[in-house]
Amino acid sequence: MALALSRPVPRSHLSPGQLLVAGAIAAFLLLFLVVPVATVIYVAFTEKGTGAFTLVNFLDFARTDLFVRSFWNSVYVSGMSVVWASVFALPLAYLTTRFEFRGAALIQTLGFLPLIMPPFVGAVAMQLLFGRNGTVNLLLDDWFGVKVPFMDGLNGVIFVQSVHYFPFILINLSAALRNIDRSMEEAAQNLGSSGFRLFRRVVFPLALPGYLAGASLVFVKVFDDLATPLLLNVKDMLAPQAYLRVTSIGIADPMGYVIAVVLIVASILAMWASAAAMKGRDYATVQRGGGGLAKRRLKPWESALAYGIVGLILLLVLAPHIGLFLLSIATIWSFSPFPDAFTLAHYARVFGESSIYIKNTLIYATLAGLIDVVLGTAIAYLVLRTRLVGRHWLDWAATAALAIPGVVLGIGYLRTFYGVTLPGGTPLAALWIMVVLALAIRRLPYALRACYAALQQISVSLEEAAENLGATKTRTVRRVVVPLMTGGILAGFISSFSTAAVELSATLMLVQSNSDAPLAYGLYVFMQSPAGRGAGAALGIVAVLLVALSTFASHLVVERSQRAKGAAQ
Amino acid sequence: MSTRFLSVSAALGLSLAATLAHAQAPTGKVTVVTSFSKDVTDPFKKAFEKAYPGTSLEVQNRNTNAGVKFIEETKGNNQSDLFWASAPDAFEVLKGKGLLQKYAPKATGIPEKVGSYPINDREGAYFGFAASGYGIMWNERYAKANKLPEPKDWADLTKPAFYDHVSIASPARSGTTHLTVETILQGEGWEKGWRTIKEMAGNFNQITERSFGVPDAVNSGQVGVGIVIDFFAFSAQAAGFPVKFAYPTVTTVVPANVGIIANAPNKAGAEAFVEFLLSTPGQEVLFDPGIRRLPVNPAVYAKAPAGYPNPFKDAQFQKMITFDVDKSEARTAVVDTLFDQLISFQLNDLKAVTKTLHEVEGALAKKDNPKARALVAEARDLIAAMPVSEAQASGAELRGAFTGGSQKGARQAEVEQQWAAFAKERYAGAKAKADEALKLAR
Repeated sequence: MALALSRPVPRSHLSPGQLLVAGAIAAFLLLFLVVPVATVIYVAFTEKGTGAFTLVNFLDFARTDLFVRSFWNSVYVSGMSVVWASVFALPLAYLTTRFEFRGAALIQTLGFLPLIMPPFVGAVAMQLLFGRNGTVNLLLDDWFGVKVPFMDGLNGVIFVQSVHYFPFILINLSAALRNIDRSMEEAAQNLGSSGFRLFRRVVFPLALPGYLAGASLVFVKVFDDLATPLLLNVKDMLAPQAYLRVTSIGIADPMGYVIAVVLIVASILAMWASAAAMKGRDYATVQRGGGGLAKRRLKPWESALAYGIVGLILLLVLAPHIGLFLLSIATIWSFSPFPDAFTLAHYARVFGESSIYIKNTLIYATLAGLIDVVLGTAIAYLVLRTRLVGRHWLDWAATAALAIPGVVLGIGYLRTFYGVTLPGGTPLAALWIMVVLALAIRRLPYALRACYAALQQISVSLEEAAENLGATKTRTVRRVVVPLMTGGILAGFISSFSTAAVELSATLMLVQSNSDAPLAYGLYVFMQSPAGRGAGAALGIVAVLLVALSTFASHLVVERSQRAKGAAQ
Repeated sequence: MSTRFLSVSAALGLSLAATLAHAQAPTGKVTVVTSFSKDVTDPFKKAFEKAYPGTSLEVQNRNTNAGVKFIEETKGNNQSDLFWASAPDAFEVLKGKGLLQKYAPKATGIPEKVGSYPINDREGAYFGFAASGYGIMWNERYAKANKLPEPKDWADLTKPAFYDHVSIASPARSGTTHLTVETILQGEGWEKGWRTIKEMAGNFNQITERSFGVPDAVNSGQVGVGIVIDFFAFSAQAAGFPVKFAYPTVTTVVPANVGIIANAPNKAGAEAFVEFLLSTPGQEVLFDPGIRRLPVNPAVYAKAPAGYPNPFKDAQFQKMITFDVDKSEARTAVVDTLFDQLISFQLNDLKAVTKTLHEVEGALAKKDNPKARALVAEARDLIAAMPVSEAQASGAELRGAFTGGSQKGARQAEVEQQWAAFAKERYAGAKAKADEALKLAR
């Protein structure tokens, strides 16, 4: 049970293979991220009238009350969302991974669902339940004559965002907790630690890379998210301000792009800060969960309490989906706690059309997820295990994708690739593969953080041992590093896959025909009319089920592989 | 080369093109970029493909702004045939950039104007195919529960009863709302119009980012009253929602449009689609319960469902104002930005002072107090004050600030900050006066 006391020592010489991989990744990021985005946001640095380089626009940013207010609002909302997301995620993650808990895979899957909140319908469903005239408030008003402004202003944004994004913490923290060998806990118990102290001093610190990976993602994602504030009609936050300016007709103002630059810089700073917080500490252990997880049994009353807590949290975080489901089977739902009547007509309406959307969604999201984990693993390895000059830039560039509004990326792709024609005369940007690439770029940070955290937990001495025994570097990576990272890689794939499956903003710019359209696009088309609301919700439920089933399947795979590992001992 | 020769060859070319078009029926894929929902596009797609066998209508849904950006960004290698959307100003942007192909529709029976708005673009770049008016939509269940009176006119929405019950889309984001605001400004004049708008705005519960956000909130009962374009209300009624709609006295009907994109890959198909929209069968599709827009061919109304509004006959449409398109175009960006800076981003301050003023007037109705009344009038004047005069709004200096990189001058961000500071100061002053008046009135 040796904790690796030495810091991981990156080998000083680089193999040509590593250089090649680094070059390929850099080229990919340059071509599909940096160049398209640069074609759009360079305006931020130009002077009005002359086009010369200037920073005066940033001065304007600092001088405008609205932007300054928006900036601090965004910081506040992001911070509070991390707090609430942690409150939701910690009990779920800890209870399901470290205790004998029936239905753990199911709970993990359900706890993951909020991330798959299809555009528009999620906020509509939340309004119907928690809005000023939603189910809860109408009932409260009926019974007690009071209303609670859950969804008003910044508090509404914090509420929806923490429900929406807490799975980032859940999934990364769970993966990290699973990776802690029981020997660590046993050692602590032998030394007299138990209960909450054991969790606080031993288990949680060992899982800290996973927690921080999730928390920093929540922070940055909330900071950069524009859909939720806009749907709740909160405009004085930074991302909505950027979006409103970039997409308004006739406004050729650079401020939208200035805000985009501020968003990108702030996101990279947040990621850098979370990395700095981990600096100088070592979270790697030589023993991997192979000794079997220390899953303790709960006493009956503890068990009842645990199920109670889990049930309550799930009920709260799944509220959007419950609302969505009600909406999808409702006839008319207007100013009443529950719909007037129920029907299956909406499902019948979308049934014929949804198969093409489902097929496209599965193809796009799977490809995007695969690209992301391959890139994520490679970047994490280069950053953590090599001394390549500028390796951190790969990480930061990939992370910056988080802060780029989808519409900016979409426009950038059109600008960069629409002029390039294929032999048949169709523009390159019209191919569906461009949608996949845009999705992969947008979701890369999720997979990257998960892979990064997974690699941080692996002691470098395992690789050194393999190499001492004569394995080549490639073979070590393939036979030792990647298998040990499996949990993290899978967590990354699931995050990327499921969020790519419901992404809309870049897709809306790039989809060229209905036959190439994913579910989110079909849903958008339905949700623009009163009669389409139920049908849109039905399509949303189809999307959620689709992603949930895929997620559940992958959880089963993880559980099985862990059981196999445990049994082999 | 003489003009005569030119016109002769042009005529020859035209007739040649006509023969060719006649000989060659439109076929293949017709790609249309549209902001219309599936409820609107599906019936048209079905009817069009039936009327022109061998064609298929490829519908690309994008919101109006994204659609315009898309066409602009892809012009070098254009693959779209048509742009089809409501807001005429979006077409103006495309036309201004030379992205629309001129065309002369052959359809007959369509008058020059609907209400007082010209149906087709004067230069033949885009064509109205359906009319829509702006008005007030409300949720009956919500109105009953909150005891709201039936709103009939814009001025009704300034009353205390509607405080925190009204919703509107931001005019910078919704072409239709922009026209509503412009209609009020043209109908009541710059100063008086802004006064009405700000008094209404004091009662707003929310300012949404999408046009459809407003009817959506009213349909679900999150807000009671919305300022919307008529078909949102009609199609919601058709879907069974408990909503009602009224045209106020100062409003206008404007056409929803279609235009052929320059260098369309399937030009014959695009022209066929325009002709179909303007033909009698195409116009009749507008009566579909999911669409519910007003045809521009008066003869088609003979087949309209009972109670369908007819802008060519009904009295309420005859007194609607004339809409000056040029005036509107000259100040679009200024009006939208004024709305955002004075209202959207200052909504909390504006609502706070409005609430106090409502309370003062409630108290004054019971017991009059001339001094308090004078303070109220002063506060209302402070709220109504504008940082920009009507002449300045369409003046070259401000236009320059909003056109981006083309010339040196004031930067948009600077101007915006000035306006926001102006509004903040005035609203704070008005709040102080209102508070004082409340003390006196009680």
